[in-house]
Amino acid sequence: MSDIARTVDAVWRIEGARVVATLARVTGDVGLAEDLAHDAVVDALAQWPSSGVPANPGGWLTTVARRKAIDGWRRRERLDERYAALARDLEETTEQEWEPIADDVLRLVLVACHPVLSRESQVALTLRIVSSLTTEEIARLLLVPVPTVQARITRAKKTLAAARVPFETPEQDAWGERLGAVLGVVYLVFTEGYAATSGERWIRHELADEALRLARVLAGLVPREPEVLGLLALLELQAARFAARTGPGGEPVLLADQDRSRWDRAQIRRGRDALRRAGELGRGLGPYGLQAAIAEQHAIAPSVEETDWARIVLLYEALSRVAPSPVVELNRAVAVSRAAGPQEALALVERIADDDALAGSHLVPSVRGELLAQLGRTGEARKELLVAAERARNGRERAVLLAKARAL
Amino acid sequence: MKYMLIMRDTPEALEASKQRDFEEILNEMGAYNDALVKAGVLVGAEGLSDPSEGIVVDFDSEEPIVTDGPYGETHELFNGFWMIQVSSREEAIEWAKRCPLGPGSKLELRRVNEWEDFAEHQDNEYVQKAQERKTGSAAG
Repeated sequence: MSDIARTVDAVWRIEGARVVATLARVTGDVGLAEDLAHDAVVDALAQWPSSGVPANPGGWLTTVARRKAIDGWRRRERLDERYAALARDLEETTEQEWEPIADDVLRLVLVACHPVLSRESQVALTLRIVSSLTTEEIARLLLVPVPTVQARITRAKKTLAAARVPFETPEQDAWGERLGAVLGVVYLVFTEGYAATSGERWIRHELADEALRLARVLAGLVPREPEVLGLLALLELQAARFAARTGPGGEPVLLADQDRSRWDRAQIRRGRDALRRAGELGRGLGPYGLQAAIAEQHAIAPSVEETDWARIVLLYEALSRVAPSPVVELNRAVAVSRAAGPQEALALVERIADDDALAGSHLVPSVRGELLAQLGRTGEARKELLVAAERARNGRERAVLLAKARAL
Repeated sequence: MKYMLIMRDTPEALEASKQRDFEEILNEMGAYNDALVKAGVLVGAEGLSDPSEGIVVDFDSEEPIVTDGPYGETHELFNGFWMIQVSSREEAIEWAKRCPLGPGSKLELRRVNEWEDFAEHQDNEYVQKAQERKTGSAAG
C-alpha cells in the first residue's frame, strides 16, 4: 500500500462513520450513502497525491460524494426525490461549513443494528459503516472468507431498503429495544475477540479493541444510558486482563492462575470510572452493569482467595433475575463454590445440567469436573473433564481441560 | 495499538501561550479532546503543570541528587501527553496533525510496546524477566 493510500485509509477510519451518517441523513438511504462515500474515497486516492490531504478531509469526502450523487441525478431523465434533496442541500451548504451531527452517527449505529437484520448482518454492517473497516479487514477479523462478508453487507443493505427502514431516531417506546440490539452487537464483537469460539487463537485483540472503541463511541453519543456505560465498563474491565490471559506460548491462563501484576491498572481505572458513572445515573444497573460489577470485584481483588465471593454471589443472583440464563447460573455456581464450598455449588450445577441451552456445551462438564475434583471424587472428575475437552471448540481451551484431567 | 502523543514546547512557546486568552486555549483543547473521545480512541491524557514547579532527580552519582525547577538543558519541555488507541500508525499521525498547537510546539508519537513485540525472543530467559518487569511496572 502506498503512503497516500495508508493516509486515505486513516482518514477514512476517523471520518468514515460521520461522512456516511451525513450522507444517509440527506439521502435517507444508508446503502446509497455508503456507495457514494466509497466513490469519494476512490477520488481521494486519485487526487490527494498531487493536491495533498485537504485541511478538512471529512468535509472534502462529503462534498465530493454529494456532487457524485447530483451528477448521477442529472444523468437521469426523471427527477429522483432522493437526489433532488441532495441537490438542494448542496446548494445550501459549502465544504467549510460541514459540521457532522452526532445524532447522525447514532442513527447510523441504530440502523446498522436494526432488528430486521440477522445478527451476522448487523455485525458485518456495523464493522463496515460504523467502524469504517474494509471488507478484507472484516473478513480477517471474523475469520470468514471475503465473499461471505460481501454477501452479508449486500444483503443487509437490500434488507434495509426492502423493509424501508428510515434513517431516524426511534420513537421513545422502541428506544430500549433498539439500543439493546446495538449493545448486543458490540458485546458480540468483543466476545468473539475475547475468547475466540473457534480457531486456535485464544484472544483476538484487534476485534476486541474495535468493540471497545465502539463502546466508547456509544458512551459519547448516549452518555445518560446506564447500560451503555455498563457495557463500556464491562469491556474495559475484561480487556484489562488481556496481558495475563495468555502464557508465553499463547496458551490460555485461567483467572485463578493469572499474574495479577500484569493486569492493566489504567484500564481497570477506566472501567471502574464508567461503572461509577452508570451507577450515578440513579436508575440501577442492568445486565451489562451487573456483569461489570462482578468483573470489578475480580479486578480489585489481590488474589482469588482474597476475592469478595459473597458479594459476587449476590451480584450473580441479581443478574440471574434481570437476565436469567443457564450460563449465568453456572457462573453463580462457581462463585458459590468459592463462597460456600463445592458441595452446595454441585447441587446448583445438577439443577441446571439438564437445561437444553447447555446441551452439548463443554461448560457443564467442565465446571462439574472442577467441583468433583475439589470434593476429592477424582475418578468422576476426570471423566467429566474429558467429556468437556471433547466438546470444547477452541483448541487452546481443549488443551487446558486435558491438562487438568491429566493432573488429577 | 496504543500511541503516546508527547507534547513538547519551547520556553518561548510556553511564554507565548501565557499571553493568549486561556479560555480560548481551553476551548480549542477541549474540542480536540472531545473529538478524540467521540471517536472512541482516547484512553488517557494529562497536562503537566508549569515546568518551574518541577523537580529533577538525577542518578549520576551514587546517591540521587534532587534539584528544584525544570529539567536541565533541554529546549523542549515535556508538558503533557495523550494516550490513544488506534488501528494504524497513519491513524495516529492523522490525530496528531489535528491537535491545536502552534509554532514552538511539537508532538512526538511513540508506540506503546505490546506483549507481541517480544514474541520472537520468548525463549530467552532474560527477555522473559525483562518483559515481566516491564509489564508489571506498566500495570503497577
